[in-house]
This record gives sequence, structure tokens and C-alpha cells, in this order.
Amino acid sequence: MSGANFAWRVCDVEKRLLRFVHPRVMMAQENYRGDGVVKIGTPKETTDGEARVAMTPDSARALQKLGHECVIEAGAGKAAGFSDAAYEAAGVKVLKSAPGVWKGVDLVAKVQPPSATEVKRLAPEQTLISFFYPAQSEALLDKASKTGATVVAMDMVPRISRAQKMDALSSMANIAGYRAVIEAGNNFGRFFTGQITAAGKVPPAKVLVVGAGVAGLAAIGTATSLGAITYAFDVRPEVAEQIESMGAEFVYLDFEESSQDSAATGGYAAPSSPEFREKQLEKFCEIAPDIDIVITTALIPGRDAPVLWTKDMVELMKPGSVIVDLAAERGGNCELTVADEKIVTENGVTIVGYTDFPSRMAAQSSTLYATNIRHMMDDLTPENDGKINHDMDDDVIRGATVTHGGKITFPPPPPKIAAIAKPPAKAKPVELTPEQKRAEEIAAFKTQTRNQFSLLAIGGGLILLAGLYAPASFMQHFIVFVLSVFVGFQVIWGVAHSLHTPLMAVTNAISSIIILGALMQIGSGSWLVMILAALSIFMAAINIFGGFLVTRRMLAMFQKS
Amino acid sequence: MDFGFTTAAYVVAAVLFILSLGGLSGQESAKRAVWYGIVGMALAVFATLIGPGAGLWLLSLILIAAGAVAGVYVAQRVQMTEMPQLVAAMHSLVGLAAVFVGLNAHIEIGRVAEAYAAAGLAFPLAEAGKPDPAVLDQFRGFAAVVAKKTGVEITILRMELFLGVLIGAITFTGSVVAFGKLAGRLSSAAEKLPGGHLLNAGAAAIAFLCLIWYFNTGGFLPLFLMTLAALFVGYHLIMGIGGADMPVVVSMLNSYSGWAAAAIGFSLGNDLLIVVGALVGSSGAILSYIMCKAMNRSFISVILGGFGGTTGPAQEIEGEMVPIDSAGVAAALEDAQSVIIIPGYGMAVAQAQQSVAELTRKLRAAGKEVRFAIHPVAGRLPGHMNVLLAEAKVPYDIVMEMDEINADFPETDVAIVIGSNDIVNPAAQDDPNSPIAGMPVLEVWKAKQVFVSKRGQGTGYSGIENPLFFKENTRMFYGDAKASVDSLLPQLT
Repeated sequence: MSGANFAWRVCDVEKRLLRFVHPRVMMAQENYRGDGVVKIGTPKETTDGEARVAMTPDSARALQKLGHECVIEAGAGKAAGFSDAAYEAAGVKVLKSAPGVWKGVDLVAKVQPPSATEVKRLAPEQTLISFFYPAQSEALLDKASKTGATVVAMDMVPRISRAQKMDALSSMANIAGYRAVIEAGNNFGRFFTGQITAAGKVPPAKVLVVGAGVAGLAAIGTATSLGAITYAFDVRPEVAEQIESMGAEFVYLDFEESSQDSAATGGYAAPSSPEFREKQLEKFCEIAPDIDIVITTALIPGRDAPVLWTKDMVELMKPGSVIVDLAAERGGNCELTVADEKIVTENGVTIVGYTDFPSRMAAQSSTLYATNIRHMMDDLTPENDGKINHDMDDDVIRGATVTHGGKITFPPPPPKIAAIAKPPAKAKPVELTPEQKRAEEIAAFKTQTRNQFSLLAIGGGLILLAGLYAPASFMQHFIVFVLSVFVGFQVIWGVAHSLHTPLMAVTNAISSIIILGALMQIGSGSWLVMILAALSIFMAAINIFGGFLVTRRMLAMFQKS
Repeated sequence: MDFGFTTAAYVVAAVLFILSLGGLSGQESAKRAVWYGIVGMALAVFATLIGPGAGLWLLSLILIAAGAVAGVYVAQRVQMTEMPQLVAAMHSLVGLAAVFVGLNAHIEIGRVAEAYAAAGLAFPLAEAGKPDPAVLDQFRGFAAVVAKKTGVEITILRMELFLGVLIGAITFTGSVVAFGKLAGRLSSAAEKLPGGHLLNAGAAAIAFLCLIWYFNTGGFLPLFLMTLAALFVGYHLIMGIGGADMPVVVSMLNSYSGWAAAAIGFSLGNDLLIVVGALVGSSGAILSYIMCKAMNRSFISVILGGFGGTTGPAQEIEGEMVPIDSAGVAAALEDAQSVIIIPGYGMAVAQAQQSVAELTRKLRAAGKEVRFAIHPVAGRLPGHMNVLLAEAKVPYDIVMEMDEINADFPETDVAIVIGSNDIVNPAAQDDPNSPIAGMPVLEVWKAKQVFVSKRGQGTGYSGIENPLFFKENTRMFYGDAKASVDSLLPQLT
């Protein structure tokens, strides 16, 4: 340790003492605290089976660039494939014991929510970044707030575009979706892709993904790229586009309901109506016998997982089929799911209820999670100078912070920016009842009739008026004129859009019918009239021939493929 | 009409003309429809030559032949990209012919009146159908018809020829200006003399005063003054309309030439002229209406020139234009499954249609779905792009209208905008203050990737900033459209 660091440590101890003695001094001192460098520590995960780690050598390097110092408990990255030596090579100080890590740092970054022991270790000025699930663990939240520490819950990062880089739930869901397909494949006795080989034909596997969130979409992508025929279902019809973009087929329900507007629920699904559910179960029963692999990912925030794949459906499935239930931790989407276990039903359907999919791919998930943490730190240290600026006015930081300054700050106020822009005032086609439609048609017909009648009345009146004064010879021509205009209007509406240029050329050629007038006048005897008429004939003739010829040239070019 | 055969021929010709216009509803039937038009015209001219126009028929035939030579020469020489200019130029001929024929009618009235005066008789006749045989003998053709007219008929005749000359004169100068703008000989910007619409209104007022004057005196001076005023209105009206509105202008002038013919038909008492004039007039009016609707603008605002005033500051545009080279475009095209090409006037200017067609063939040969999206007002003439693409042998069944293809952009991998600007401007939907707000546009920005082939960074024809160029999924492919597309071709397998 360098001399400068040592000096800082002394200073730090001093400050801690001061704060301990006098809370007011503590507040006053807060501003000075950032003079030094924030120390970030990651203890080994204590939860059973948790292989992930919140700091990787790569993320540590990036954190140091932000001006922070990093420590890690020995062996913390082992399960994820990161050796202590790798950490040391990245400039991370490796400490032997967990309490050592907890005590010596300003900020603790970990994966799982803190255990009861760990909460007790929190010091008033410390910050903890981890998953926390504050809505489900009130007791823990209470305890944490009493320690005076600041807790930033990675699972509470609001879903806005700016915060996507720290959306750990999404990055974990992505992994879970991928892993679910891999687990399914592991337990499925056939190919995903259809093949015709010398040894016979292999049908492609049919995969149904229920719930097209991040995990669902990742599962769809993985399954289709393995060659399976993939179907997907979601209660939010607007995700059909995303599903289809991933290469799966959206399973439509024959159901008319005011579709769920997921923009209002921050991009998550909301519970659906009983009628909708009934239709959905009916549809599932219908397709269950054909499906080889079912991957369910349906979760509604803050509730138990909805049961979507009932016992009946499992019984309808073929032996050897596989169900992977990503919602197992919260009761499961499948009625028969046993959390953390893989079971085989009587009819030979394997149901995988693991709850630790991300942990099963610890290297990948640690990398992503550590990057999420790093981005969170990036936002917490806006000046890149190693000073933490816990800005409670910032939507993202405010949303993720669950305890701060000894108070519980959960739930956060609604963010200033809506997570997903509301679809720009989509002119919702209002479903009309047949009676309304009929009434509207009648009304439209009536106005049309009225308009036509008034037009006819006015037009007829004008013509009659003209007829009163104009001589008969004029009226004859006038009738011809009116009829021609009428015919012209009727005929031209039918002309194809692409033929508008030929139409102009033809009408141009035809309008040189004026030549008739000149022809009638040329022989009148007056030389002036003759010259003007001759000129007119010449010009009109150019037009006739030029116009028709050009039209023919154009039309000859139009051809079908 | 004294000639039964001529009348019968006219009826047949009128039917043929109607069939000719109606036949343009489809590409295949259109080829037949042109023949209807040709036969109808031949029949009409022939029937007139042996009937009421028999005087000096040899001279007429020679003149027609001379006109035919000139017409055929022009029609064969013209490039498809120059079609708008050609159509505008031809309209001016019809307009001028209408002016001449109208003036002739005026002169004939004068001559007939003189003859009656010389014979010591009153003209116009007091009673219909009782012309003086001696005077009538002096006249043939149209003049003979005039010689039989009563007072009211002469007034109506004057009104008709007055209208014919007025519309003809507006058509003439208007078409000449439109021709100049389309051919690039005049600035395409909307220009107005100081005084703007007041000048037009003044000229119109003069024309109206002349009408009253003319009715009362029947002299040549008011007619002449009115012609000058109308010529000015035609010039000034079209000068004030920007290049982007040219499709409307051309079809409007087309309509005018029809109405002029109809007015002349009234004064000559020729039903075929009336029928055909009315057909052409109404067809032009409908085309103008369709064009205006495609631009979401009222006909009046187009005619009165330029874009309407904006109601506030235009939306700030964020982002920057990111250029790309031909290798990048080629790579994206290689990966794409579906491609939509949006051609505009820039393609016509650069004569790039053949290169674009070649690109289309290559992409289609590679199994990609290639389609064209045509905005109703793309180019300078209604349907301009369709004609150019047809010339380059692009099959017309992959050339789509805006409404047919707009919904398909989100599923499209690559959209290539070649020389169009306003018709793909998202500001029309997003920015209520944009001058083109509310105009239906091709939603190219919804495609996964957009390439814009454009000569430079300028705002182009209408001077409206285009936020499309600044979008994240848009890449600017600078250069002449033809050179750009040609540079792509060798890089595609």
C-alpha cells in the first residue's frame, strides 16, 4: 500500500469517529468525504448454490478507471471461473475473510440479497448494491434501513432507456431464457431441427414459449436457431411483432378484449381477465399434444406466478416432452412444477423447475451482472473522480435506492419519464355493434342523399334558369357539355395511379381536337382568319401525333415480371 | 349541323374517346385504349375535312402532314425523363391554338356584320332561321353558321369565344412557364413579382371589365386587352408555384386546355369539341384533385402559389447525418432479405433508372424481395416514376403505391431512397409546424435500415429540413444517383 493510501485510511478513521460521536458533524463532513477514493468490495456469495460474483477482473479494471478502489473476498469468483490471481492481476486487493471486506469498504457490491448476518455488518455510511426484492422482503428492508446504510436494489432499476445498461433483471433473464432451452434440450431425447437422413426422417421439435419478456424472447431466439419450430404466446398482443421478429409464430387467441397496454405497467404484463384466461387455457389444451417442449416465463411483478400450464395439459403431452418452468421460484407457471427440482411425471413428461438458471452459467451471468454494476457506479460517480454522488433527484438512482439515510425509500415515486412511450394516439378503431353500424350507414346514406339532392337541385335550377334566357341552340350544346363532364368524372376515377402520365399524354393528344375548329375556319375567305387557322392546325397536328406516339411509347414499356 | 355523316362520325369519335380514357384503368387495356383515341381522332378530322371544314382541304392536309412530321420527330426523340417538359410544351400549343381559333371567331363576326351592313340589313338577325340568302352566299363554313345567328346567340357566342381565348391564353403562358421550370431553364423556386396575388387579382379584374366592354361594343380592343391580361395571369400564376407542386400544375394546365377546347366548341357550335373538351377538362381536374390529396393540400393553396406559411418554428432536429460508402451499402444489401426502393425526382435527373433496374435484377436474382414504393407526387408529373421504371423494364407488379406498401416498411430490411426528399419526410407526421405537416408520406424510417442516395447535404427542392436524414438507422450515400448505384453493382454477387 502506498503512503498516500495510508494517509487516507487515517483520515477516514478520523471521520468515522467524528460521525459516531456527533451526527451533525457527520452530515457536515459528508461533503469532504469524497476527497478520498471510494472503496468497492465484493464478498463471496453466501447463498447455497449461488455461483455468480458481482465483480469480475474486467469490471474491476473499469471501476478503477472511474477512480474507485476494488477489494474482493478470496475465492469469491471461483465458482464463476475467475481465480484470485486474475483479480490480483487486475489490481484488485484480495482479502481473506468476508468481515474484512464488509468492514473496510464504502460500497459493497453483491448478487443475492444480503443474509441476516450480512445486514448486521452494514455500517451507516456504507452503500450496498445487490438484488434486494424489497416488495417481498419487508423485514430485511426494515433491518437494512435501521443500519443507516444506503441500499441500491438492482432489481428496482426503472425500465427506461437510459437505465437499460444497468438493468440486471434483463441481463439475467436473457441468460435464463437461453439456458432454459439448453436445459430442455438436455432432457429432450430428440433433435431440435428436422432432418432427413439415410437412417430416416427426423421431425423438428415444436417449442412453445409462454410469456415473451426478455427471457421468453431469448428462449425463442435460441430455440429457433437450434432449428425448432417455435410458437410463442403472450397476453400483450403488441409483442406479437417482437415474437415474429425472433422467428417464432405468435399464438393468437380468438378473443376480443381491450388489449393490455403494457406501456402503463412499465413494460410488464398485468393480470388478465378470467374470460381471457379461459380462452388461453382452451387454446393451450388444443395445442398441448403437438408441443414437444414448453418453456414458461410468465411472471407478473409482485405476485405469484400465474398457473398457465395445468395438470391436464401435462397429461395431454407426449412422453419424452419437456417443460422448463422459469417461474418456478414464484410457484411456477406449470401446476406440477417443484421448485429447484427436475421431476418426471407418470406419463413421461420431464418438468424442470430449477430456479438458478443464471447461476448455472455463472461465467456469463457474472460478466453481465458485473457490467450492470459498473454502469450503476458510472451513474453514481458522474464526475469519474471516485466520488459518489447519490443524487436522489435522478430517476434511475432514486428508483433503485430502497433505503437511504436511515429511511426506507421504497416504493419510489413514479419516474418522471414513462418507461415506454405511449403509442402515439393510435386511432383505436371503435368496435361498433351491428345496430350502431347500421345506424351509421343509414346516417351516412342520408347525408349523401341530401348532398346529392341539394347539388342536383342547385344544378338543375341553374340549368333551368339558363334555359329561360338562353336560346335553344345553346341549350342543346350545354346539355352535351354537362353530360360529357359527368362522363369524364366517372371514367377518370378508374384510371390506375401508375398510368397517370400516359393519361396526361392521351388527354393532351385528345385536347388537340381544337383542330376541328381551325379546320372549319380555314376556308372562310379572310386571309387573317386563314393564317391563324393554319397556324392552329399545324400546332394541333404536332400535338395529335406527338401525344399519341409518346403515349404508345410509354405504354409499350409497361410489362409484367 | 348540316352534315348528317359528320354528326354520325362525331358520335362514334366521342364514344371512342371515352373508351380511350376509360381503358387506361389497367396496363394491358391501356395499349388498346390508345388505338381507340387514335382512331377517334382520325375519324373526327376526316369527317370535318369532308364536311364543315371542306374549304381549303388540301392546305389543311398539308399542314396536318407537316405537324405530323414535327410531332413524330419530337415524340421519338424525347427522353422519358423529359416527359414532364414535353407534356407542358404540348399544352401550350393547345392553348395557343385555342386563342387563335377564338380570335378567328371574333373576326368572322365582324366580317359577317360588315356584309350585312353592306347589304343594308340589320345584324344580328332579329328572328332566328331567316338569314338573307344573298349575304349567306358570301360565306362558307363557320362564317355561314355565324351569319344565321340572332342577337342573343351572338352575345352568347361572344361570351364563349371570350372565355375560350381567356382560358387558352392562361394555358399558353402557364404551360410555357411550366415547361421552362421543368426543363430547368427557369428557376424552379416560387417567384412572385412585387404585389403578388394583387397583380393576379388586378389582371383578373381587367379581364372582367374587358368582358363587359366587349359585350357592349363588340370591338377588338377589349378582347385584345383581355388576352394580354390572361397571358400575364398565366405567366405570373405558374411562376409563383414551386417546382415540387409541378405535378398539380401540369394536370391543372391539362384541365385548362380541355375547358378552352370546350368553350371554343360552344362558340363554333361543334358538339365533338364540347364533348372532348369536357372530358379532358374533367380528367385534368380529377388528376389535380388526386395530386392535391396526396400532398394534403387544398387545390386553392397550390394554385395560389408556394407552400402555405408555417405556424411556428420547425422542430429541432437532433443527431447528425452519417455518411456511408458503397461497400457498406452493398454489404447491407447482401444481408437483406427484403428491399424497398423509393425513387424520386433525383433518379430522373440523374437518369439512374437503368442502373436502378439493373440493381433490382441483381437483387431479385439473388432471391431477395425487391419492391418499389411510389408516392403519388414523386417526380414532376403524375405517375412520372412509374413511366421511368417501366422504361427501364422494371416489372410493374413490383411497383407499389404508397397505400399498398406503407404498412410493410417495419418488416423491411433495407429501404433505399433515391433522390426523393419531401415524400419520405417524417416531419409531415411528427411536426405540426412543418410546412408539409399532414401530408401522407412513405414511412421509410420504420425500415430496419435506410440508405439515402443524395447529391449533397442541402435541403433540396422544397427547402424543408428532413429529419429522416438524421435518424439513427439512416445512412447517407452521397453522390450522383446514377454513379452511386453503378458503384454498387459490381460489389453485389
